[in-house]
Amino acid sequence: MNEKVRAIEERHQRSADVPEFRIGDTVRVHVRIREGEKERTQAFEGTVLARQGNGPNETFTVRRVASGIGVERIFPVSSPNVQSIVVTRRGKARRAKLYYLRKRTGKSAKTKARDLR
Amino acid sequence: MSGIIGRKRGMTRIFEEDGTAVPVTVIEAGPCVVTQVKSDETDGYDAVQLGFERARRKSLTKPEAGHLKKARVPALRELREFRVDEPSAYEVGQEIRVDIFEPGEIVDVTGWSKGRGFQGVVKRHGHSGGSETHGSRSHRIPGSIGQSATPARVWKGRKLPGRMGNERVTLKRLTVVEVDSEKNIILIRGAVPGTANGLVLVRKLNVAGK
Repeated sequence: MNEKVRAIEERHQRSADVPEFRIGDTVRVHVRIREGEKERTQAFEGTVLARQGNGPNETFTVRRVASGIGVERIFPVSSPNVQSIVVTRRGKARRAKLYYLRKRTGKSAKTKARDLR
Repeated sequence: MSGIIGRKRGMTRIFEEDGTAVPVTVIEAGPCVVTQVKSDETDGYDAVQLGFERARRKSLTKPEAGHLKKARVPALRELREFRVDEPSAYEVGQEIRVDIFEPGEIVDVTGWSKGRGFQGVVKRHGHSGGSETHGSRSHRIPGSIGQSATPARVWKGRKLPGRMGNERVTLKRLTVVEVDSEKNIILIRGAVPGTANGLVLVRKLNVAGK
């Protein structure tokens, strides 16, 4: 990529307040949503299935099972609507994309805790 | 000044305050030097000729070098004209930078489209092509190009296969997202014709109809 484009991207991407999180981790994402005139923050907690892209284009997929129904949301890391990302549990993953979790239920749909020694 | 010469450097995206993702083209434009001022009295029309990018003397032709020497400006690779209303407001040697534009402004952008080589009618002219199956053998053929006895020739302008792309294309009414006059960078919303590092002309919205 051209270094001038790179410089623009660096200025517009977010890096400082994004914690280090990996595929398999459980995160809580605080999303700013607008309802008409009102603004409020909504939390979405689940397992990170994938991270994709780089620079300001980077996105990550979070999956949770809400009242029996699997819900996945894809967030751009640099979007100002993503107010904060909190890692609630470190998970171990041996794949870059955990799409196989979609077919699983119960205990096998969880990632093993990552040893943080 | 009504326009500037630049090079398309690539695309990326940026986020607005409300979270909207904006696709942008990064254009490195200017600084340009006024190399000639044309007025109605002397040339029959009002325009300013701008030069862009330093070049080695030997990469210019002798007429080009002589023209620039007369204007007392360094050797420049690209020379383009921009129509202006008041040519007397400019003088030879004056520097033009991207600060002639401001965020939110509507501009026209001219580039030279990517060359596609020799292409058939489906890609080049958007024909729908024939059936792929059911015994059809006319998959991507151009079809009939005219009648037999009258006119007994092919009309001019008939859409046929041929060279596609590598032509001057102007996109009108694009929005300026950001201007950085220190780095000579201008961000335009959306795509712009041409390859990365291709020459582009960014022009102010054509109000006068010139």
